[in-house]
Amino acid sequence: MAMYSDEIVGKAYDASLMRRLLRYLKPYRKYVVAAIMLNIVFAGMGPLRPYLTKVAIDDYILVGDHTGLMMLIGILFGLLIAQGFLQYVMNFLTEWIGQKAIFDLRMQVFGYLQRLSLRFFDKNPIGRLVTRTTNDVESLNDMFSSGVVTIFSDIFVIFWILVFMFFMSWELSLVTLIVLPFLFYATWVFRRKAREAYREVRRHLARLNAFLQEHISGTIVLQIFNREKKARDQFEKINSDYRDAYMRSIFYHAIFYPVVELISAVAIGLIIWYGGGNVVQGTLTIGILVSFIQYTEMFFRPIRDLAEKYNIMQTAMASSERIFKLLDDKSVIPDPEHPVELDTIRGEVKYKNVWFAYNENEYVLRDVSFHVQPGESVALVGATGAGKTSIINLMTRFYDIQQGQILVDGVDIRTIRKADLRKHIAIVLQDVFLFSGDIKNNLTLGDESISLDRVREVCAAVGADKFIERLPRGYDEPVKERGATLSVGQKQLLSFARALAVDPKILILDEATSSVDTETELLIQQAIQRMLKGRTSIVIAHRLSTIQRADKIIVMHKGKIREIGKHHELLAQQGIYYRLYQLQYKDQIEAQAIENSGSGG
Amino acid sequence: MDSLYRLKPYFRRHRRLLIAGFAAILFSNVFEVLVPLIIRDAIDGLQEEASMRQFFEYGAMVVIATALSGLFSYFTRQTIIVASRKIEHELRNDFYAHLQKLSIPFYHNTTTGDLMAHTTNDINQVRNFLGPGIMYSTSTLIGFIIILGIMLSINSTLTVLALLPLPIISIVVFYIGRIVHKKTIGIQEQFSNITSRAQENLSGIRVIKAFTREDFEIDEFKNLSKEYYRRNMGLIRVQSLTRPLLYLLVGISLIVVLWYGGNSVIDGRMTIGDVTAMMIYLGMLIWPMIAFGWVFNIIQRAAASMGRLNKIFDIEPEIKDGPDTDYSITDLQGHISIKNVTFSYQKDTEPVLKNINLDIPEGKTIGIIGFTGAGKSTLVSLIPRLYDIDRGEILIDGHPIKKIPLATLRSHIGYVPQETFLFSESIRENIAFGKDGMETHLVERVADIAHLSGDVEDFPQKFDTVIGERGITLSGGQKQRASLARALARDPKILILDDAFSAVDTYTEESILSRLRDEMRERTTILISHRISTVKMADEVIVLDNGSIVERGTHDELVQQGGIYANLHQKQLLEKELDEM
Repeated sequence: MAMYSDEIVGKAYDASLMRRLLRYLKPYRKYVVAAIMLNIVFAGMGPLRPYLTKVAIDDYILVGDHTGLMMLIGILFGLLIAQGFLQYVMNFLTEWIGQKAIFDLRMQVFGYLQRLSLRFFDKNPIGRLVTRTTNDVESLNDMFSSGVVTIFSDIFVIFWILVFMFFMSWELSLVTLIVLPFLFYATWVFRRKAREAYREVRRHLARLNAFLQEHISGTIVLQIFNREKKARDQFEKINSDYRDAYMRSIFYHAIFYPVVELISAVAIGLIIWYGGGNVVQGTLTIGILVSFIQYTEMFFRPIRDLAEKYNIMQTAMASSERIFKLLDDKSVIPDPEHPVELDTIRGEVKYKNVWFAYNENEYVLRDVSFHVQPGESVALVGATGAGKTSIINLMTRFYDIQQGQILVDGVDIRTIRKADLRKHIAIVLQDVFLFSGDIKNNLTLGDESISLDRVREVCAAVGADKFIERLPRGYDEPVKERGATLSVGQKQLLSFARALAVDPKILILDEATSSVDTETELLIQQAIQRMLKGRTSIVIAHRLSTIQRADKIIVMHKGKIREIGKHHELLAQQGIYYRLYQLQYKDQIEAQAIENSGSGG
Repeated sequence: MDSLYRLKPYFRRHRRLLIAGFAAILFSNVFEVLVPLIIRDAIDGLQEEASMRQFFEYGAMVVIATALSGLFSYFTRQTIIVASRKIEHELRNDFYAHLQKLSIPFYHNTTTGDLMAHTTNDINQVRNFLGPGIMYSTSTLIGFIIILGIMLSINSTLTVLALLPLPIISIVVFYIGRIVHKKTIGIQEQFSNITSRAQENLSGIRVIKAFTREDFEIDEFKNLSKEYYRRNMGLIRVQSLTRPLLYLLVGISLIVVLWYGGNSVIDGRMTIGDVTAMMIYLGMLIWPMIAFGWVFNIIQRAAASMGRLNKIFDIEPEIKDGPDTDYSITDLQGHISIKNVTFSYQKDTEPVLKNINLDIPEGKTIGIIGFTGAGKSTLVSLIPRLYDIDRGEILIDGHPIKKIPLATLRSHIGYVPQETFLFSESIRENIAFGKDGMETHLVERVADIAHLSGDVEDFPQKFDTVIGERGITLSGGQKQRASLARALARDPKILILDDAFSAVDTYTEESILSRLRDEMRERTTILISHRISTVKMADEVIVLDNGSIVERGTHDELVQQGGIYANLHQKQLLEKELDEM
């Protein structure tokens, strides 16, 4: 629903935001200056034309000079061409600057998001972050292009018109300019009223969209509860409010344009009345009078454009505030200043009295200590919410702990660069995340140092090669978003291969619970065995086969380690593990038994 | 363009407003074209040494003509644009009313986002055609004819010469408009690529961080951004050309007037006033010429949008009252019989329910247990006819449900769906959702049964507290309890609770169930659950597995049988034990 409530109310200018925004134009300083210069020159060309008309009338037409007129026509034509060319260059340049600036800004926002820690992502819904990188950045485009540069053009057009008018006749200028304050006032009032009316329109539109969004999603409930009529009435009311809000904005438009016309008509009337008398008396020429009539038509556009800038600025301020707030977020897990180098590791892992909470003081891990020898395989078991996932999240510094220490080969992981640490550790998450792209890319994740041979090798190791080779395009087979076309089992095998491809010393595996067919299940079990061989591993185990083969089982319960030992030892204790075993794993024996008897018979 | 015919009745309804609008356009144009003629006379008067009084009159006439033209232009907007907004309003109402009638299968195949796009973008495109489209095309046509007539009467040769470049404007605007539209779509596509990439990246941030692929992702995103930049520049290249090109064409016309007109003045064939008037008229024609090309595009887009809307308008609701409907059935007691029902969501796919037989006498309670995907929710959704069955029969009080008027059928059912859906209204409105004019004490009573009263006490405006984005956020358990209260509020003969306690803790569940027991005595109740504790007290429990009923009986009987139910029972005891350790 949030995406439809885009209420923009706020100031149109904030000095500190503006300063920060202008920094994005800095790399293009030269072009910005050039664009402004072009604008100033161009601004003078339009107002030059009525003046040349005056010259044509007074100096050539009225004296009957055919060749003079011809020459002037030539000048006008040259001016026209120059004007067109200049305008093209100018438009192009300003838009180009805007595109460049928002490209830079977008990359900065996206790049910054990559650096933020998971704590940040836990707090901020993804949809909102996507909006920051896309729509919010986009809405700054107008500000960067037309906002900054063309404001000069509008001011200078007005300036040049005044210069020419006063040069020809200051008296007639003053008479004509009597209407200018009215024009300013009318524009200003209209802008304000129209803005208010339009804000109302947007408010009602947001309501309408929110209502629709909700009621379309909830159609089933509406139908079950026989609420169709009532919802229709509600909708008609909201829809009418929206229409009426629009009607009000129509009113301002309907009245504004005629009023502007009327104001310039008054100016023309004044020119004819005052100027006409002067021409007859010989103090003014016909050409001046004609050119003044043309100038009255020229005033309006720059004034209206200036008023439009208000909206652009307002939007820009609102968006930039949101963007800068994101860029100012400090939830980054910092790399140490003097990192310990860790080129190769043996794979020893030690948790020492670890306390950890996602939210302050709500500890999900309490005083957790355990030790994993290089090459050892550890299974984590426990009920939902026991703290298993938190243990593996800490291993790669997705989060930093509040108390205690986590050591790899005896080195505190906080003294190692994150990239160095993660290089040695591979994680297989329960929820396999595949990117859109092809199979190969999903295995290498774009790491070009992983060759296609290596990819084939790891796929063979986990038994994913067979199904991949059956795909029409093999390793180049496109993967749809989230791997929609692949089966659950296939996705798991791919995620195994992905982990193996980087040849990690430490493997962290969160076994998926979703059930797969027997054949795939066997493949997965074999793959897991092969993956764990020769590596230190920490596995959140959901498979009987995994816990049976583990060197050590750690039983988590309510944030604490309650039991540690081997399968048979723990069963004999008849404690938590004993019950967990009956709840989660025992069925698998029965299922196997049924399966065996089925295939046997 | 055929798609726009559907708008005919709407036009007819507002024909008065539209006709008035056309008249206003005519008058506005007539007065507007007078102004250059007055200016011409004034300028010619300069050479004839007219009096100050005459100049004042000319000036005053300019102002009056403009004022009158403005007045009618005001009326134009107030009629035609207003009519367009009214039609838009009606069209949107009709569209929503139609959407409401469509049944659930339709909603499975169409996303909310698509339907939103129809109700906003497509209707907007149509409105654009109705309002500005019609207004500008009419105004343009009328203005063009009048101005052309006057210009020809002033000087026909000059008119032809000056107007030569103008049709090019229409053509240029039309083609550039098309290119711009095409390029804009390309840009929007790339924008949505960027959006999905960002979405995907942020959803997969754990994997990216775990494999330290941040830099690679940044590079990939950079490529997409670059392409977006490139496409934007492609558009800018065309768009930057539009204005200079238009000004060039208009400028050429003006120069032609000055050149030919100037020479004619010298030769005494025209007056300066004529030339000035010609220049002003040319200025007046520019906009109509631009509008011609523009309006063409608007009509094309509106036709495409209307086509999309028509497609949805033409979908018939699947589930509705039919010729067999017996409107004499107004009251139901709640005896449900399900006979040999086999059901699949799509033809030729594996059935989700296989040959189900179940009889639930009036006032009895039945529990349904089974794994995810066993068909529990599907089975109960058939009773209020969310889907129609094609094999087997469902009867209530002996009537096949297809014969019961849909409104009657559904109004006798209190349904708590598995996925709780509440509306952003007050708690009171949500509870009284299926019951008009419900009294406060009744709302409070059902809230009490659903164990919601305590929570409501803590809300700022009690029962009038608005929930959702604009109000307070309810927890999963609170939502489920509100949903339960909403179902009870209908005082239904049939109560269906589809996993209605999954987010409620076992303790609260037990106390709700004990209150519910009284309620259930006069109602036929169906309880779906994963928890044994929920269905324990039912008169009969069935276990669904893979679309079939595999076990049935009372709780005690099923525990004795030692099947799926007994196993589940065993496990839940263990869980309880673990929880207490």
